[in-house]
Amino acid sequence: MSLPSLQSLVEPDRVHRSVYTDPAIFDLEMRNIWERTWVYCGHESQVPQVGDYHTLQIGRQPMVMVRQKDGSVRVLYNRCPHRGVQLCGNQRGNTGTGFVCSYHAWSFHLDGKVRAIPLKQGYEGTRLDMGHPDCSMKSAARVDSYRGFVFASLADEGPGLLEFLGDAKVAFDDMCDRSPLGEVEVVPVCHRVVQHSNWKFFMENQLDALHPSVTHQSTGVPARRVEQRVKADQGAAPLFFHYLSAFATSFDQWDSVQTVNFPRGHGILKAYMGLRPTDPDTVAYEALMKQAYGEQKAEEFLSRSIHHVLVYPYLSVQSPLQQLRCLRPLAADKTLSEIWHFRLKGAPEAIYRRSLWYFNLVNSPATMINADDLENWTKGQWGLQGSMAGDWVSFHRNHGGDEQRDGVLYSNKGTSEVVMRSQFKAWSEYMAPALAAAEA
Amino acid sequence: MSEINVKKALGQGVVIEAIESMTGAESIAPDHMGRGARPATGYVPQGVAVTPAQQHDIEQLLYRQAAMLDAKRWLEWTELFATDGVYWMPATPEQTDWMSQPSIFAEDRLLMEVRMGRLQHPNAWSQAAQWHTNHLVGNVVIESIGDAQAEVWSRFQMMELRRDSVRHFGGSYRHSLVRTGDAWRIRLQRVDLMNAQAAFDYVIQAWV
Repeated sequence: MSLPSLQSLVEPDRVHRSVYTDPAIFDLEMRNIWERTWVYCGHESQVPQVGDYHTLQIGRQPMVMVRQKDGSVRVLYNRCPHRGVQLCGNQRGNTGTGFVCSYHAWSFHLDGKVRAIPLKQGYEGTRLDMGHPDCSMKSAARVDSYRGFVFASLADEGPGLLEFLGDAKVAFDDMCDRSPLGEVEVVPVCHRVVQHSNWKFFMENQLDALHPSVTHQSTGVPARRVEQRVKADQGAAPLFFHYLSAFATSFDQWDSVQTVNFPRGHGILKAYMGLRPTDPDTVAYEALMKQAYGEQKAEEFLSRSIHHVLVYPYLSVQSPLQQLRCLRPLAADKTLSEIWHFRLKGAPEAIYRRSLWYFNLVNSPATMINADDLENWTKGQWGLQGSMAGDWVSFHRNHGGDEQRDGVLYSNKGTSEVVMRSQFKAWSEYMAPALAAAEA
Repeated sequence: MSEINVKKALGQGVVIEAIESMTGAESIAPDHMGRGARPATGYVPQGVAVTPAQQHDIEQLLYRQAAMLDAKRWLEWTELFATDGVYWMPATPEQTDWMSQPSIFAEDRLLMEVRMGRLQHPNAWSQAAQWHTNHLVGNVVIESIGDAQAEVWSRFQMMELRRDSVRHFGGSYRHSLVRTGDAWRIRLQRVDLMNAQAAFDYVIQAWV
């Protein structure tokens, strides 16, 4: 089967539906995007002790992130070099001083180097003996971390982690800088939710400011009603009502929220939730921040205008509330998201609890918000299966009105589809060599 | 010729014996994690002596609660809770506090009102598709009971139909009940969903 050309899939203001539905294109995405670029593995605090591990998928490759004796974190292929059996069969745990295969007891040090093979004399005179590198577990080509967030790349060459992140590294700065100690630690609960849609629906939706007052109206409206009643009765309402009622605002309000679109498809939806009330907990926390960083720096850290940051093509970081969602695509029409929450080291418990409300109400598997997002994306995936009503997905909104400064695209309107246009520009850059080769 | 060789080979052999020494993976890596017996996990409730009327009363409350959910009578369901009542589904069974650790549900009466408002809203898009649940509650064990309060443990199974897909949830309830007037009300309903840390295919829209 021959692949379509890039030109037939992506135009500046629209894309062909098959980029969401075609398994062959999904396969190319895995090979040319996920299995090449820097992919988020986890936070160092997920594996605090020697031998602690966490398994994950990079593209189609099963991997394991593991804490070493020397304190470093490595990312290895979760595969026994003997017969290919996965060495860690659980999501997380501690593997002691090494890995042991459950099939034939090949064992490996934590860095993946082979430790022992039963009846190893059986390999004498064969192409494979204990000294052969193929007897050891293979490592990810490159592993690096930024402020405790661990990434791996399965390609030997390419931009370094910081170059890949570019300005989107503010996701991790914004999260950590809000701690008086400049660090976060993971809350050891990972919610996992499967969506029956292509991963792009999620990435586009995260910076799509036109959808909330439509999609989330059913939650925003009752939340506003209860919030106003509590305010009338008690003078003030807990901030968590606002997390939900903020979705019930007007199209005009959403149009005033700017998006910032970086190279490589990364982007930011600027803040709109107003997370700086003047209750005693917030006042005490802000005093701690000023003590730690001085007036000016603390103000800079606390007033960064971010709702969330996208690291394209798989991460949505809600840095002011210390949570992130990481996509692990499973098929063209199936995507797993891993949802994590972090604690600001050195910040008062009340500040953690305040952000926990958002985690519970918006990001838990009983979310009152994403329930309707996932419904949209499922119906989107089904809608794009058919061809006779049209092949194109439209991103025309405000096309031609984007403002470009130093390679960064700023939306002239909050609801501009510049977000999707910018993501597909990056997608085309990743996919161009593969699609050109397929064409030839 | 080969037939003769095979016959000869099949005529000899050893018998493998179980021996008292380290075997398999143990002989290769005795320090590997997973040594030792795996501990028992989970909770075994301890019932107290109750009258048949008390048992009946409390079971009827649990059955009524399940029926309200399946009938989508959300308002009547929330009214089974005390005014300070809480519905809590922790993310893991070890959790002991509904305010300080991630939960799947952590809702007081006001947040229940928000969720109810969503479920009833004409533009709750994900409620447009056919969606029904079927609860079964059983194994009801009253762990303590007095004039004003009771602690009740039970198990539930819930089948959910959404569009053409069926999902299956199960777990245990822990109801902390208070007596107001002549009826029991729920002060805290803890729901330990067995599937809580499994990947969710889609999300859960309503209380389980």
